[in-house]
Amino acid sequence: MLINKPADLRPSEITDRRYFERRRELLKGGAAAAVGLAAPGLLALSPAAAAKIKFEQLKRSELSADEELTPYESVTSYNNFYEFSTDKKEPAELARNFKSRPWTITVEGEIGQPKTFDVDELIKLFPPEERIYRLRCVEAWSMVIPWVGFPLGNLIRSLAPTSRAKFVEFETLHDPERMPGQRPSLFGGSLEWPYREGLRIDEAMHPLTILAVGLYGEELPGQNGAPIRLVVPWKYGFKSIKSIVRIRLVEQQPVNTWQAQAPGEYGFFANVNPDVAHPRWSQARERRVGDFFKRPTLPFNGYADQVADLYRGMDPRKLY
Amino acid sequence: MPVGSERAPDPQRWFRRLKPLVFLACLGPAAMLSYRAMTGTLGAEPIDEITGVTGQWTLRMLLITLLITPLRQLTGWHGLIRWRRMLGLFAFSYAVLHFLTYVVLDQFFAWNFIIEDIIEHPYVLVGFTAFILLLPLAFTSTDAMVRRLGGRRWRRLHRLAYLVPVLGVLHFWWQVKSDISEPAVYSLLLSVLLASRLRRPQPRATGAAPPATPG
Ligand code: HEM
Repeated sequence: MLINKPADLRPSEITDRRYFERRRELLKGGAAAAVGLAAPGLLALSPAAAAKIKFEQLKRSELSADEELTPYESVTSYNNFYEFSTDKKEPAELARNFKSRPWTITVEGEIGQPKTFDVDELIKLFPPEERIYRLRCVEAWSMVIPWVGFPLGNLIRSLAPTSRAKFVEFETLHDPERMPGQRPSLFGGSLEWPYREGLRIDEAMHPLTILAVGLYGEELPGQNGAPIRLVVPWKYGFKSIKSIVRIRLVEQQPVNTWQAQAPGEYGFFANVNPDVAHPRWSQARERRVGDFFKRPTLPFNGYADQVADLYRGMDPRKLY
Repeated sequence: MPVGSERAPDPQRWFRRLKPLVFLACLGPAAMLSYRAMTGTLGAEPIDEITGVTGQWTLRMLLITLLITPLRQLTGWHGLIRWRRMLGLFAFSYAVLHFLTYVVLDQFFAWNFIIEDIIEHPYVLVGFTAFILLLPLAFTSTDAMVRRLGGRRWRRLHRLAYLVPVLGVLHFWWQVKSDISEPAVYSLLLSVLLASRLRRPQPRATGAAPPATPG
């Protein structure tokens, strides 16, 4: 092997300078809806910018990675979000005016009682914190993103799941009016809508698994899955489903969208594993967005200490 | 269709005069790419962007080169032949850029990874084959080489110009994850260009000048 250094988690400059600059910009006093009301002139000039929700005084979780952050511009301009476009540059443009409020999420299935939450109500019930996670895409690129979110487990636990709740299924909004990538095209659609994902219940309850409502201290931009998305940092990015409208606790293992699309290429678990190659790409290395040189990919995306136990006794080759 | 209809007065001259402009136009995508690289506007993943742009332009130039012969037949503008070799060499040049982007920028000469990538991933293997097949075409593009090979052998060799874009489209199709619309459009255009060859038997060239087929 040419590149065979030990795993190089960068012991980093704790926080990127740009990030501090952004933090300084943050408006005092929380809820930004108020800003919109207080400054209609500003609102008219630049509605999206003016109405952006900022999260103040976030606690940084102990579970955060201590690595150099991927710049905000890259995180928000290089997105796999087929609901808008299959081109990674286009979602930023096409989701610019995506309306993510009001927004409700229904939680149903094997729980005490189905419940529908407004997203802002959820944020009040489960105060978000900052989680800096590595994100590894199946296409062999990666980022480090300061998410704002709360553990999915807290939500599930509060709803008293039954003993039959073995898996959790998630669904993205299906609305071709607002998500142009969902409109049928000349050569057939790009995926089956709505986009679905699933986790085993113990994966869903794991403290690393979060529902993110923001990044870089602000609400999620449309192209990153506004207003609420899953983040499972030890799995390939496609597991971290965006713009969620429904969460269902179920007994049977659900079929996720990419598995249905190409069962030979994408599985249910999709744990990051440098030793199991995707039929079209090697997974041994990855390029951290912004870097020139590729780096070795780590088992479970570097979260093996926290999550490897979940898969004891399972064949890692079945975990792609 | 005005096939074989009367020619405009000395159209040859026009194609000769316009050739530098066509040359500049073909440089356009590369110039644009350099400009974007210098201004830092290639996006979050510049290497990915350069690979995409050079790959797309290789395929486009291959198709444009294949357009010359049917266009001549349709319009009677036989002077178009003066551009064909240049267009083909531009296709080759973009392929070289594309391949170098992969070897230098993407993999940085990690030959063990490159070889593994070519062997294990069909889309890379097909792209690589297409590139290798372009080499003899570029190498035999000079007048001297045409003379050395003789028109017949030269023409037979240059039939590879049909195979290379077929492999190029396959290379593209194979790497798409779900949305096949772009490679599908290329396939459609390529099919039309190849089908146009079936319509009429190619006349045999007799002289030693750069033969008019295949195109
Ligand atoms: C005549 C030869 C070739 C043609 C016509 C061609 C064409 C293309 C096209 C059209 C694309 C897609 C661009 C896009 O996504 O917009 C592409 C991507 C690519 N090509 Fe080629 N290519 C050729 C040779 C090669 C060779 C020799 C290699 C490397 C050995 C190669 C490696 C790649 C890679 C790595 C990608 C990007 C794949 C990805 O983004 O996942 N190509 N090529």
